[in-house]
Amino acid sequence: QPFLPPSGEGCPRKNADAVQDRDASANPSSPIIAVFKVFQQELDTKHDKYERLVKISRDVTIESKRTIFLLHRVTSVPNAEDILNEADVKLDAVRQKIGLIAEELRGEDIYQFHRAFTAGIQEYVEAVSFLHYIRHRSLISLEEINARLVFMRTEKVDPKGSDEALPLGAQVLTFHVTPSDYLLGVADLTGELMRMCISSVGNGDIDTPFQLSQFLRQIHDGFSYIGNTGPYEVSKKLHTLRQSLGKVEDACYALRVRGSEIPKHMLADVFSSRTTLLDPEEGVV
Amino acid sequence: MSVTEMFSYIQGFLSADQDVREDIRKVVQILEQNAREILTVLQSVHQPSGFKEIPSKCARARELFCTVRTQLADLKTKFPVEQYYRFHEHWRFVLQRLAFLSAFVVYLESETLVTREEVAQILGIEVVREKGFHLDVEDYLAGVLIMASELSRLAVNSVTAGDYSRPLRISNFINELDSGFRLLNLKNDPLRKRYDGLKYDVKKIEEVVYDLSIRGLAKEPESGVDKLELGRISG
Repeated sequence: QPFLPPSGEGCPRKNADAVQDRDASANPSSPIIAVFKVFQQELDTKHDKYERLVKISRDVTIESKRTIFLLHRVTSVPNAEDILNEADVKLDAVRQKIGLIAEELRGEDIYQFHRAFTAGIQEYVEAVSFLHYIRHRSLISLEEINARLVFMRTEKVDPKGSDEALPLGAQVLTFHVTPSDYLLGVADLTGELMRMCISSVGNGDIDTPFQLSQFLRQIHDGFSYIGNTGPYEVSKKLHTLRQSLGKVEDACYALRVRGSEIPKHMLADVFSSRTTLLDPEEGVV
Repeated sequence: MSVTEMFSYIQGFLSADQDVREDIRKVVQILEQNAREILTVLQSVHQPSGFKEIPSKCARARELFCTVRTQLADLKTKFPVEQYYRFHEHWRFVLQRLAFLSAFVVYLESETLVTREEVAQILGIEVVREKGFHLDVEDYLAGVLIMASELSRLAVNSVTAGDYSRPLRISNFINELDSGFRLLNLKNDPLRKRYDGLKYDVKKIEEVVYDLSIRGLAKEPESGVDKLELGRISG
């Protein structure tokens, strides 16, 4: 004989019952309410992850910016090596944070959360490429950046949940900076290089401006080559980049033409008065 | 690697990215055209003569969804499956419209809320991201909200066409939808803004129901059980 459910029991509502068990303020067991509770959980989970990433990204931004400020001091202290080593330590800490980002993104589509951490990553690129330039007088490559964003994680959790923690072996977690974030970080780097140029002149260093000028010009030419095919933010930064290059080229010109005439201690004044006229932060001339 | 080499590499990457987006845009354009055709078929239900023809219009819409399935299958091939969200902005709008159209067809057929799974089936895509090209829950919800607006319009036009019971059923349905949406913790994003419009749909339908009931035009709900449901949901 076929099994007949008792009359009045209607269609199975397992989901709604389960939701009611979990939810003290028992919602009416309508299927629409039940399904929206599922949506609520899905959306909450996604938003929570996004927020965690935003928080980590903010830490990355702050520490990267501090590293940049630190690196600017190399031109004015006798022992640059101490500063560079300190910067290394700071950036290692930043990399650990990026490792946390990589963990959050494990198994996810990274582009779903990209906007949460793009600002931090760009700032990191700026800091690490700044350090690289000071040391090597060259542009760090995207590959070199990503090579250092490899993290080892030893999983120690027994999936069956028993008290014994069994090491399941090392896992490799990677974070890939996108070409677009790399570009934007390098664009911001040029601003810092321009500042370094001006301050190095003030310290009597008349070689750095010329090196920087050549380097910045190469970067500027690279951005021109990319033109509008890059992300829209790149086109915006190109404007600032041109101004930075202009300031550096003016500094070289002044050094070449008038460097021999002006006492070194007054050189810095010459540049600061010229640059305040052209400072973009105060409004473009 | 010199500066020039680095930028050359990046330019190659950006160029390839642009090509992919161009391919995607072409398919999305066709999808949008298909969506407009389906909308044209379904919009005609608002006309007085349209109400009788609802079943045939739904059948016609379902036929047109076949073409949509083919197009979406093509779209899937234009980019690596794990980069869905990298290009999601290109098809977000049309996918929301297709979700709306699916929801509308299902409502016209059965007066129920289409599930995410059903929409995915109609469109020939997945529900779960890991399985492939999928329907994002927010796009599904946006489609449902678009349908809510359509239903508020349908309530008005039903009355004009002489159908005085449909608005009551639409009212129950929309109120339940509203309760559902109120459970969501939305951020200040486009979905939230769209959800803010739901209260105007609710209000419009309530006014229709009110107009009918004070003139004695509204029939009682089908059974006593429905009254109970109404009470519980609004209580």
